[in-house]
Amino acid sequence: MSEKGCCSPAPNKPRTVKVKNSSAPEKQCCCCSVAEPITKYDLADHWITGELETEKGKVPVVSTRLSFKDKFGAFKVRFNIGRMKYQINPGLYAVGNPDSHSPVMVSANYKLTFDSLRKELDGLNCWIMILDTKGINVWCAAGKGTFGTAEIINRIEKTKLSEIVSHKKLILPQLGAPGVSAHEITKQTGFTVAYGPVRACDIKAFLQADYKATDEMRKVKFTMRDRLVLTPVEFITAAKTVLFILGIIFVVNLFAARPFVAADLLTFAAAMVTGTIITPVLLPFIPGKAFALKGWLLGLIVTACMVWLNGWFAVNGVLLAIGYLLVLPSYSAFLAMNFTGSSTYTSFSGVLKEMKISIPPIIISIVVGCIVLLVKAFMR
Amino acid sequence: MKHKYLKDVSTLELSTDKCIGCGKCKEVCPHAVIEIENRKAQIIDKNACMECGACMNNCPVNAISVHAGVGCVSAVIRGWLTNSEPSCDCSGGSDCC
Repeated sequence: MSEKGCCSPAPNKPRTVKVKNSSAPEKQCCCCSVAEPITKYDLADHWITGELETEKGKVPVVSTRLSFKDKFGAFKVRFNIGRMKYQINPGLYAVGNPDSHSPVMVSANYKLTFDSLRKELDGLNCWIMILDTKGINVWCAAGKGTFGTAEIINRIEKTKLSEIVSHKKLILPQLGAPGVSAHEITKQTGFTVAYGPVRACDIKAFLQADYKATDEMRKVKFTMRDRLVLTPVEFITAAKTVLFILGIIFVVNLFAARPFVAADLLTFAAAMVTGTIITPVLLPFIPGKAFALKGWLLGLIVTACMVWLNGWFAVNGVLLAIGYLLVLPSYSAFLAMNFTGSSTYTSFSGVLKEMKISIPPIIISIVVGCIVLLVKAFMR
Repeated sequence: MKHKYLKDVSTLELSTDKCIGCGKCKEVCPHAVIEIENRKAQIIDKNACMECGACMNNCPVNAISVHAGVGCVSAVIRGWLTNSEPSCDCSGGSDCC
């Protein structure tokens, strides 16, 4: 794709831009009279505090403080409300009062990502170049390639970055590296890439150390708090499929000799919480390496406790005990295995191996368990 | 507490012959899998590799290969169902302009 739009001035050095992984070429929204703004923005947005005049046009200045609205927005997306639409416009943003020598940081257009970056930049003068990652965070977008070489090259052109800053240096978050070939960006745009720290809170130290990140700043962690904030989305996603299961139970109850009651639902809910919340939170403390195994072990303990509390280990409840002990630990195992997608250390090959080994027994045990439970429900 | 995942699964491979010891791979690795020794990259903790592909993509001499992909169950299931490469379809298609 040639980057020469109809209205943009011819670049000094003509170059062709190789586009890998890019979604459809962006529509040409400009026609030959008005130049496109560097960044599309709305001054009414509470996190934009002003605008900065550059040689190439106006750039929004953003606050380094998070308001109640930002925090409430973060809370909502953590609970899966509007998570896919929590975006800002790609383009160039200013922090403080940057000039042509100020550093340029590159980030994603997921607002949660943008907020966690800007709140660490208090007192700095710098530029933030936001890529169009379709509202996805840096690491996931890098995995998909939307936070990638092609989009960085494209965004440098679109924001006319090389005419706004006089240096040729970009700071990328280290977790963007899976989508980026630093040497390719240098080859095609002249900009060199410095990979910054994994966590935004280390950025000031990184800048002070002359763009050097310590080994500690380069390591990904996955603390209990990190894991806890991810669990509501897991729980809510699982809860959506539960509506379907409740529908089936409702129909069965119309005809059953022993209908499903609150005790059954509570036992089921316990297994769901075990798979989506307790296992992720306790992850490294549970024996085993495979997530499915961890979820199954905890699910077994929790289900056994629930069955015992409900008195189903007694002779007339034994079918319920067998049924639930077959269904629910496997259900917890499956839910726990889903958490691999949120974890920071599982490999593709590992997940594939885990699935191939665990999915067949999970399915068999759930199917057999359901049959046992249905026999119990209809047995007179 | 350090997280450990399945052993002996990573497809990470390094060609020491091609390696020029620039250290980019060590720099971008989020799990300290690679170390530079005697001006050559060495894989020191292969089991910690999550196959993100950062080292491969940032190696200027193509000395590293890894089957990079997302370690995510729902992505793999979606791949099986649609008979395509696993991808986490976490983004809705939205227009750019």
